[in-house]
Order: sequence, then C-alpha cells, then structure tokens
Amino acid sequence: MHNFDFVKPSTIAEAVSALSHEGAQALSGGQTLIPTMKQRLAAPGTLVSLTGIAEMQGVCLGDGGLHIGAATPHAVVAREAKAHYPALASLAAGIGDPAVRNRGTIGGSLANNDPAACYPSAVLASGATIVTNTRTIGADDYFQGMFTTALHDGEIITSVVFPIPEKAAYVKFDQPASRFALTGVFVAKYAGGVRVAVTGASQDGVFRWREAEAALTANFSPAAVSGLTVDSRHMIADLHGTPAYRANLVKVLTGRAVAAAS
Amino acid sequence: MPKDGGIGASTKRREDVRFLTGKGRYTDDINIRGQLYAHFIRSQVAHGTIRKIDTRDAEAMPGVVKVFTSADFTGVGGIPTGWQVTSRDGQPMLEPKHPVLAEGKVRHVGDPIAVVVAETLEQARDAAEAVEIDIDELPAVMDMKAAIQGGPLVHDEIGSNLCYDWGFVEENKAAVDEAFRNAAHVTTLELVNNRLVANPMEPRVAVGDYEDHSGQHTLYTTSQNPHVIRLLMGAFVLSIPEHKLRVVAPDVGGGFGSKIYHYAEEAFVTKAAQILKRPVKWTSSRSEAFMSDAQGRDHVTRVELALDADHNFTALRCETYANMGAYLSTFAPCIPTWLHGTLLAGNYKTPLVYTNVKAVFTNTVPVDAYRGAGRPEATFQLERVIDKAARELGVSPVELRRKNFIQPDQFPYQTPVAVVYDTGNYQATLDKLLELSDHAGFEARAAESKARGKLRGFGLAHYIEACGIAPSNLVGQLGARAGLYESATVRVNATGSITVFTGSHSHGQGHETTFAQVISEMIGIDASQVEIVHGDTSNTPMGMGTYGSRSLAVGGSAMVKATNKIINKAKKIAAHLMEASEADIELKDGKFTVAGTDKEKSWVDITLAAYVPHNYPLESMEPGLEETAFYDPSNFTYPAGAYGCEVEVDPETGKVTICSFTAADDFGNVVNPMIVEGQVHGGLAQGIGQAMLENCVFDENGQLLSGSFMDYAMPRADDVPFYSVDHSCATPCTHNPLGVKGCGEAGAIGSPPAVVNAVIDALHRGGFTHVTHIDMPVSPSRVWQAMQG
Ligand SMILES: Cc1cc2nc3c(=O)[nH]c(=O)nc-3n(C[C@H](O)[C@H](O)[C@H](O)COP(=O)(O)OP(=O)(O)OC[C@H]3O[C@@H](n4cnc5c(N)ncnc54)[C@H](O)[C@@H]3O)c2cc1C
Repeated sequence: MHNFDFVKPSTIAEAVSALSHEGAQALSGGQTLIPTMKQRLAAPGTLVSLTGIAEMQGVCLGDGGLHIGAATPHAVVAREAKAHYPALASLAAGIGDPAVRNRGTIGGSLANNDPAACYPSAVLASGATIVTNTRTIGADDYFQGMFTTALHDGEIITSVVFPIPEKAAYVKFDQPASRFALTGVFVAKYAGGVRVAVTGASQDGVFRWREAEAALTANFSPAAVSGLTVDSRHMIADLHGTPAYRANLVKVLTGRAVAAAS
Repeated sequence: MPKDGGIGASTKRREDVRFLTGKGRYTDDINIRGQLYAHFIRSQVAHGTIRKIDTRDAEAMPGVVKVFTSADFTGVGGIPTGWQVTSRDGQPMLEPKHPVLAEGKVRHVGDPIAVVVAETLEQARDAAEAVEIDIDELPAVMDMKAAIQGGPLVHDEIGSNLCYDWGFVEENKAAVDEAFRNAAHVTTLELVNNRLVANPMEPRVAVGDYEDHSGQHTLYTTSQNPHVIRLLMGAFVLSIPEHKLRVVAPDVGGGFGSKIYHYAEEAFVTKAAQILKRPVKWTSSRSEAFMSDAQGRDHVTRVELALDADHNFTALRCETYANMGAYLSTFAPCIPTWLHGTLLAGNYKTPLVYTNVKAVFTNTVPVDAYRGAGRPEATFQLERVIDKAARELGVSPVELRRKNFIQPDQFPYQTPVAVVYDTGNYQATLDKLLELSDHAGFEARAAESKARGKLRGFGLAHYIEACGIAPSNLVGQLGARAGLYESATVRVNATGSITVFTGSHSHGQGHETTFAQVISEMIGIDASQVEIVHGDTSNTPMGMGTYGSRSLAVGGSAMVKATNKIINKAKKIAAHLMEASEADIELKDGKFTVAGTDKEKSWVDITLAAYVPHNYPLESMEPGLEETAFYDPSNFTYPAGAYGCEVEVDPETGKVTICSFTAADDFGNVVNPMIVEGQVHGGLAQGIGQAMLENCVFDENGQLLSGSFMDYAMPRADDVPFYSVDHSCATPCTHNPLGVKGCGEAGAIGSPPAVVNAVIDALHRGGFTHVTHIDMPVSPSRVWQAMQG
C-alpha cells in the first residue's frame, strides 16, 4: 500500500469539500477499496471516510419507503430492515462473511457496482431511488454497466430509498470461490407490477428481465416463467459458468424467487 | 474403558495450547536485529526473453540496500532435483537448470527475476515499481500434448519438452496388450486429475542470517524437512558445508507437501544475508504463493480395464501425461512414476498392469507432491474405471469390487507393480463401510430425495496407499538421490524426564503429543515427562522430515529403536544396583523389578545412577543415558480403506451437496485415535475440495486465472458434511515395531473418486444415463453442462 492521508468528516458538506481535492477518494466500509490499495492497484492521496457522518447512517421508514443511510453496514441492514423489507434484509445477511457485513456498506456496494454484487439487484428490482449530495437518481438510470454508474466524480451517495413491495425475494446462487453471486435474482411485486432484476449474469451488469416481469405481472407464479427463454448472448463466461449456464440460472432462480416471495 | 494415556489414548494435543492461544512461533515471528526485507519481482508473462533489467533508479530509492538479479548469482548452483527417473529407452530424464533467479528467460508467471532488498518491506515494494524490466514475450506452451508435438521449447538447451517417457512394468507390456486382445470386456475412460494449489494457512517465509566472524549461516524457513533443505541448499546450491549451516523450521502452519521442497527464496535469503552482512527476510503474500509454491496433480490420463466373461479384472493399461511445470521441483519426477505406477493394483488381484507416463515441461508453475502425491491420481483412475465398468456390465459396483479383491489369506501379496502388501483386509473395510453408512437404507433415502426434486447417488471407492517410502537401497536403485530412513535421539535426563530429538517434523500432525505417548507407554512414565524436539538441524540428528505419512511409521520406529537401547542399558544399571542378573530385570509402569523377588528400583533411581555414577559398573559401561537410532524400513506400509459418499444433485442447477461421507480405514495400530480422526477429517476436506471445488487454471497465454481465493475455491466448513470415520478394521503392519501404517494422506486419496462416483450414480438414477464421466471439480456448471448432453 502507498502512503495516504486520512480524513474523517462529520458532515456531508465537509466530505464533499474534502473530496474536491485532487487525488481524494471516498472510503466507506473499505471492503473493496482497501484490498485494491493493498494490491497497489489504487493509490488515492487522501481517503475521505464517510462512516463518521451521522446522517448517512441507519435504517428508517420515511417518505417513499425505507430509507437507508449510504454508510450503513450490511449487518445493520440485515437486522433493522427485517421488519419492513425482509427480502432486502435477507440479501444483506447473505453478503460475504461477518467481517465484510460489519464493515461493508450499501453505498460502497452501489458506488462500486460490481457485476456480481447483491445490492444492485435489490435497488433495481425495487425501483429504488439513489440520493446523492446533489440530486436523486432513479434505479433505472443509475446502473450503467459493470463498475459504471451515473455518479459524477466526487459525488456522494447519501442514502437509498426503497419503495416497499407487497412481496419480494432474493435468491442468490453462490460463486463457489468468492461466494459473490454467480447469478442472483431479485423479484419484487408491487401494486403497479412485478420487477425482476438479475445480478452476476450479464456482461452489462445488473439488468431487468422484462419478459419475466410481464409474465409475472399477469400471473405471479413460478409456472409463469417456466416457458420463457433467456438470451445467453451477453452473459458472462468465466471459470465458474458458461453463458448458457448463467442463462439457465436466471430462469431457475427467478422461479425460485417467486416461490419464496413473502 | 478408553485409556487415559499411552498408546491408544485420545490424549489432547499439547501443541494446541500454544497454537490456540496465539503463542505459536512461526518463521514470520522471527525478527532479527538489523533485518532487511526482500521483495521478489516476478514474471508477469509465462514465457519470454529477458532483454534488459535496469535497477539504477530503484537502487537510488529510499531505504534500498541492493537490487539483486541473476548476475549476482553467477557462482551459484541451480536448484537440484532429488529424484532421477529413467525413460523406457534407458536414457535418464532431461534435467534443465533451475536458477535461483531467472537467467535470460522467464518460464512461468511468478518466475523470480529480481529481488529488491530494503530497510522496510514497503520501501522494497516501492522500489520494485522502479525496476525497469524489458521482456520479449514468447508464445507459451500450456497443453501437454502440444508441448511434446513441436510446441515452443520451455528450455531451449535441452531440446525437448519431454522430461521422460516412463513405462512400468515395461516387461509386462506385451502380456498386457495380449490380455486386452483376449478380454471379454474393455472399459476405457479419459480423465483429468485437476491441478491444485496446496494453500497451507501459513504462506512460505524465509529468514537468512550470517555471522561474519564465524562464517555461520542460519536459515529459518517454513519447511517440512530442515535437514533435507540443509543438504540440498548447502551441497548443491550455495556450497556451504553442513557444520556452517543451520536450518531451523520452527512452528509451521501446514505444508501438505508444498513445504518439502527447496525453494529459490531460501537460497536467496541465505546468500543475500552473507553478501549484505545483515539478516534478510522474505514473507510470501498469498498472491505470490499461488504462483510460486509448487502445485499438485495435473495429470491427463487414459485408463483401460480388461475383464473376462466372469468379470474378473485381467489387465489394466494406463497412459498419463504428467505436468512438471516449467522447472523440476525437488521430488517432481517420482510423483507420477514410483508413487503412482506402483499403486495401480489397488485392492485388486488384477494380474497384469502397464502404465506409460510422459512427464512434460510447460510454461506453468512447477508441480510436485501434494497430500497423497501420485497415489490419489492412481486411485482416482482405478476407482473411476471400475465404476464405469460396473455400469457398462450392469453389475453392482460394490460386488464387482468385492469379487476382485485380494483375499485376506493372500497376504503378503506380491502385486504386478513391484510392491508387496504386507497386510490388509479389504472385505472387512467394505463391510464396515456399508454398515456405517446404512447402505441398506439408501433406496429409501433416494426416494425421499426424489420427492423433493433432488437426485441422490452413492459412490464407493477403495484405496491403497504406500507410506513410509523405503528402503533406502531400493529407492536408490529407483532414482532417489536421498536416503529415506529416519532418526531419533532419546536423551534421558538425570531426574528421569526425557527429551526426544526427532528427525521428523511436525507441522500440524501432533507429533509432540503422539511421540510422547509412545515413550510413556514403553517406559511407564507420564507423557508430561517427555518433550519432543524437532525442526532444528543444530540439535536433531540428520533426518528426512515429514511427508508421505511417514512420521510415526519411520520416525516413530527410530524413536522406538533408540528407546529400546535406553531400556536395555537401564536394565543393566538396575541389575547392578539390585545385584541381580540382567535377564531377570523387568520394567513395568516405570519400575524395575527382579523376577521372583520383591526388589524394586524406580525409573528415577536408575536415571540418577546413570548420571551420578557413584555405585555404577564404570569398568563395563559408560555413564549417561542417551541413545540415537536410525531406522530404515524394510518395506512401505500399506494403509487401505473403503470410502462411501452420498450426494444429492439439484437437477436444475447442477449443484452437488454431500449428504454423508463415511470412511472405513485400516491404519494398523493407532496411537492416538483423536489425532487420527483429525488427520482423516482434514484429508477428506482436501479430497472433497479437489473433487468439488478446487481448480488451478491458466489461460492459453499462461496467465493464472485462479490466482486468488476469489476464483480458487477452497473448501469451507459448510462445503463438507459431518464425517463418519472408523479405523477398527486394523491389520497391523508386520515390519515396523509399532505396527502402524500412516494416516495423513488417506482422506485426500480415497475421497475424490467416491465423490465423483456418487455424482455419476445420482445422474444415472435420475435418467441422465449418457453421462459417463465429469472431470473434477464437479462444479455446478460442469454437472449441469454434462446433463445437457
Ligand atoms: C470477502 C468478501 C466477500 C464479499 N461478498 C460479497 C457478496 O457476497 N455480495 C456483495 O454484494 N458484495 C460482497 N462483497 C463486497 C462488499 O459488499 C463491499 O462491502 C462492497 O462492495 C463495498 O462497500 P464498502 O462500503 O466496503 O466500500 P469501499 O470499499 O469503502 O468503497 C468502494 C468504492 O465505492 C466508493 N464509495 C464508497 N462509498 C461511497 C458513497 N457513499 N458514495 C460514493 N462513492 C462511494 C469508494 O470510493 C470506492 O471507490 C464482499 C467483499 C469481500 C471482501
């Protein structure tokens, strides 16, 4: 690791100002950024910690649904979202191991937008809103491909607002080594229709499976998706699965998520 | 009543007190005043010509003491190979030079090119980024068959990528071919034994120290065999005589084979400490371990089994391509040959066996022994082809095996592959397995799984292992460049406690506990009075270390021999003190008595007399009570067992779940049942890891795709079931004093075919009868792919 300076502001305004300096980078749980720095693949001059900012912490009900501060660790979401949005809480409970869940945060996960990360599927399937220091961004506009988002340089996610569905479930199929999602499917049923978001499978990152959404909006049962086919052309090929295998998982896991939705 | 001490007691491991409380002293815990830190710059390409290395900018950076390249090692030998294999045509294997730092060419990702030595590790790493290295990349040769059919040469100077072409038993080849022509049925299987990364919890570390005034070198290293390192590095690489070279392997956090070998980093820190006159330390990162620790397995095999009309096995024929990687690691040549070909009879009376092994150089990390070493590869092909034959013939895999077993009354049994099994009872382990795994209830469990939409399968595998490889004169004829005895010095102290200096090395096996139990049993004193010392060439007798499940069978036997010498001498002293005839002296529970009298002397009376020899037969006996013994076994030991695995396959995703795993092992006599069970559990986890999860993969350019735990799947606690482990079907070894056979590798040898056989069984029961084989690891995607046809 290269040397760096460290600041820990207590307000969003201070954080934004610290991040405006050349070479500054936001640090949340550090579960992605710190390993990258240790491997010398990133060498920020200043780390601006977001974990000391009170207004970026916590889970509570509010306008538009469940508000989660961007610096809230996965373990806290797993515990505190349970009563309001059990599918989201169980997704958080299934991320990494206890150390990762106690450090890693929802904002860090969404800013990083790893193609195999879990949270992006929940955000997209819930039609959640990403709140930053300058604006709000709808889920459909936020994710722009692997490791790419609508965030500008220096922009901070401050919270995420999840509309609460009637029913939902996340089913994750573990990549055997990393236990990130080899493929994961989040299904959420709202009065206005069903949304299905898939992570881990596509070269373009998290995506909505529109055919399944239409079929499930008409008939919310596993049978509704059994006749559909998933296009494997843009699926990821790696040591752990072929595109065809991932396409199969998308369908199987969607059916299982519908069956598990509560 | 279970015993609470001595042989047969499940004594808790005394070493765990320090390991579990963080008090272990590992090589990385050793820091010497004035120590410098070495950072290796390793090749990022698999094959290339080094055009230029410019170290000037780096050497000017803060804290940098020196940047080393091969130019600093011109007078130094290459890393030697400890075993020479002879090809079918009588020619010795090709043995290319393995320089400490790359000379002219790099040959695999991770090949060390230069080393920065600096005051701190971070300074060394900073400076490493300033070393300018110019490499012309060459095409890499990855596929073994392509490598020997005109592929790019890994070592230009030897003119071929074929290290050797070995046939065994060459004289049987024609008879084997004839048996295949006459067979009623032939089953053929092509398979891959996947390459593995050992990944001990503790990565390798080496600290070199040098005393200018005395010329004394000390190397602290993560080794399974410090004397072997002293011999190889001292004699062949750095020309340091033994009396000026001390090698210490303190607490070592697992080895699994990967810490047997002499590595370049050890020679580097030893030499650099001498050049710089300051201690030099290197600690491997996990990423470095993935590309610099010798790896395991990597065989591509075609196996054929011939059967007569009554389903008797009549011949076995195998052809294997064995990957050596880019250089020959210390014992690499003997793994696919003498530790593999000699095991191909398995538990069966197959009269004829022929195997051809082609060892091949490729632009990959070197391959050597990994837990089991050659024996898992032999067992996997044999037990898979038998299962396939049973399926083709429509007979039970259980009964086909049983029919072909060597019978209990046939021991000692001369196999067609040179070795003679001393004892065994394969029927007994099979019956025990079927009982423990409730085989009778399998169909009911399968029906229950089916009701849940899952496919259940049962897989059986029998294994034979050859441990404690020996005798030295025989292995010398087979190409070993070392002896394979073991040593022990038993030092009885004046007040009766005992210090044992063993040439074996414990890096997780629990020798400090079990060896003490043996002494406690033999003399009748409490095990707390016995200390086991190992791992330092300055105080232990020349020993060959620990691998191949040899420690108790060979090292324990040396200790028993030395202890018997002690007892003999102690009896003489007792006879003198009690004015009795030596023949009448008995030792029991730590007391010497004279038969037929009530005379008695305690153990301590005798040991005190030995060291305070006031009343002592000085004219006929030396004072003191210390003996050394070397033990060279007359044969291997042959642990064997029956393993059974039940799996459930999710037909929609291909995911395999192990429902139960049962192991019925014959380890001969058992000194500490708890430790034996622990060894089996660990071996099973590694075997299941190989079967289901682990895979070291390079792309076609030689880049390591599975270079971290993000892609290399190590088994975790929830990947493995609760095991059912038994070792009651014991047939003690007939040729070592303890009757022990070795248990360290069994789990890793017997489990992979049991898992794969179970998966194939599940698929067949589910109607996927076209699936005859799936290569390991049987990952969800591979199983699903196979089901698609
Ligand atoms: C062993 C392990 C297992 C894991 N398993 C999983 C898994 O199963 N599923 C899963 O989804 N994830 C997994 N993760 C990733 C984990 O969830 C991380 O915590 C997460 O991806 C990053 O969050 P963080 O808070 O640690 O971010 P950091 O590492 O601190 O930051 C990541 C990036 O986001 C930026 N950033 C952080 N916060 C903000 C913000 N509020 N606004 C703008 N930019 C910001 C940083 O500058 C950095 O570029 C795993 C990680 C590890 C180490």
